[in-house]
Amino acid sequence: MSPEPDLLRTPVPKASGWRLFLKTVVARAYPRVIGQQRERSWIFFDVFLSILAVSAYVFVYRAIGAPEEYVGFVIVGGAMTAFWLNVLWSMSSQLYWEKESGNLALYIMAPNSMMAILLGMAIGGIIATSLRAVAILAVGSLIFHVQYTVGSIPALVAVFLLTLAALYGLGMMTASLFLLWGREAWHLANLAQEPIYLLSGFYFPVKNLGFWVAAVASIIPLTLGLDAMRQLLFPSGAALGFLSVPVEIALLAILTFIFLVAAWWLLRYMERIAIREGRLLEYRR
Amino acid sequence: MASDWAIETHNLGRIYTIRNRRERKIRKEIVALRDVNLQIPRGELFGLLGPNGAGKTTLIKILTTLLAPTTGWAKVAGFDVVREPQKIRPRINMVSGGEASGYGLLTVRENLWMFAQFYGLSSREANRRIEEMLRRIGLADRIHTKSSDLSTGLRQKMNIVRGFLTDPEILFLDEPTLGLDVNAARDVRRFIREWLDAHPDRTILLTTHYMVEADELCDRVAIISQGRVLACDSPEALKRRLQREALFDIEITTPNGLTAAALEAIPGVRKALLTESNGIARLNLVLAEDSVLPSVIQVLTEREIGVRHLTKREPTLEDVFVELVGRPLTESEEQAREMNES
Repeated sequence: MSPEPDLLRTPVPKASGWRLFLKTVVARAYPRVIGQQRERSWIFFDVFLSILAVSAYVFVYRAIGAPEEYVGFVIVGGAMTAFWLNVLWSMSSQLYWEKESGNLALYIMAPNSMMAILLGMAIGGIIATSLRAVAILAVGSLIFHVQYTVGSIPALVAVFLLTLAALYGLGMMTASLFLLWGREAWHLANLAQEPIYLLSGFYFPVKNLGFWVAAVASIIPLTLGLDAMRQLLFPSGAALGFLSVPVEIALLAILTFIFLVAAWWLLRYMERIAIREGRLLEYRR
Repeated sequence: MASDWAIETHNLGRIYTIRNRRERKIRKEIVALRDVNLQIPRGELFGLLGPNGAGKTTLIKILTTLLAPTTGWAKVAGFDVVREPQKIRPRINMVSGGEASGYGLLTVRENLWMFAQFYGLSSREANRRIEEMLRRIGLADRIHTKSSDLSTGLRQKMNIVRGFLTDPEILFLDEPTLGLDVNAARDVRRFIREWLDAHPDRTILLTTHYMVEADELCDRVAIISQGRVLACDSPEALKRRLQREALFDIEITTPNGLTAAALEAIPGVRKALLTESNGIARLNLVLAEDSVLPSVIQVLTEREIGVRHLTKREPTLEDVFVELVGRPLTESEEQAREMNES
């Protein structure tokens, strides 16, 4: 080893404030945007298997002579399933996995904001999952000849972005909750996965569940998001819709706000408990 | 706020409370630290030496703002760990032995870059430092390897670089060479020493249960057992405590019912330790002076115990540990483990 003291002796300039916040968001998004694409198996597991699940519903609908729009409903629902799985397994459960690997202690100990870490996880998850969702949508639409009639592109974009914001806000909020509940994180994620497929109307219009069930299910942003997107993508969507699109957009905006504020509060609470009790930061080594 | 002390603790204590989950009643209290008083000046490499369960990691967690003390106070870089953690965090970093931090799908460079961003380094500066530090620690050829493909030793080298990368004023190394082979451990120790030479104003607090490591690296060492600091001084000064005494290692044929207590009953025998491994019995003796040795040999002869090998040696930190704690480090670890399990 040849010592070159100059580099190590030079003081290191460090960003703080909002620049540190942005750097943290980008850095934490990186493993999801880049790292997750390295395992090519995602094409099989995340796209091919999702198409298989969607196909089953398409064949059932066609067999019973349901309106052809239902096929489109299923394809859109199948694409949005990718986001639900991502939120459940890579947002809600993520702080628990981070704790187990020892990353959580390093995140808390660093000068960055934990909110920036969660936001980075969310943005990285959205980008990586969008790739999967687009693949499901494209392949599914191609195979089953789905026709879309977009009423208002700005409204569709607004619904999509608000749905993701609220959904990932929910994921950021539950990340702290799952960590506080400890070892049950795995079971909680399993428990939430299938019922939400039903309650949020992934494969059918949620209106069919009746007003009160659909209203309770609307706490999961995908319920309102999917319903609004279907209304904007298919001619008969409005007739099968649960609430009007403007109302659903307003509710999604409210949910986004509530979930993000709750995520911020719960993170602070989790950090306080972790530091007071010590148990939340213990990891395997 | 400038402070002469990089780290200062006053009557620091931590009690872990284990509650019954259903009834929320306190089931057990474990005293992990009690009345720890330390003053570590800037520029020092300070060692905490003790067995597993002695309280070393608890102390590090408190000092890195990850755990609140239950009694006393601690300051790092002049800031209180409970009231001012946000002022401490930009100034510190920590590396633990055997940690699996980072993401396996990312390369070594990407993982290190990511952690550097959390401290606000520019990408250019981070990449420049990553390349240089990996070269120094002997990991430059793995810069583009996914961290999941690294061996334990190489992964730990990456972790070490992560800690130093952000140029911390105070660095906490918790068993940094745990589980490493001799060569990897030597590389890590050399890297630590080189970094401190380049940064005479920086401080390292290192915990270890490797006596040689503490002896080789540390300016001062605190010996900690069951949450208490038993002694704190330079390795040389600690060993000097025993230098007035005579230390002998004796390999004997068979113990024949001999006990350490029987030897300690001999006037002038300060400490006796009898160990057996691989069918070989050894006596480690601390005698008041050389002239006590014939009395020991006489007891061995009376019990028809033959002497195979006898060495007089200089005191080590292990001897200091035995003198202070009353048993060797491995036994202390077993006892701590039993206490935690009970």
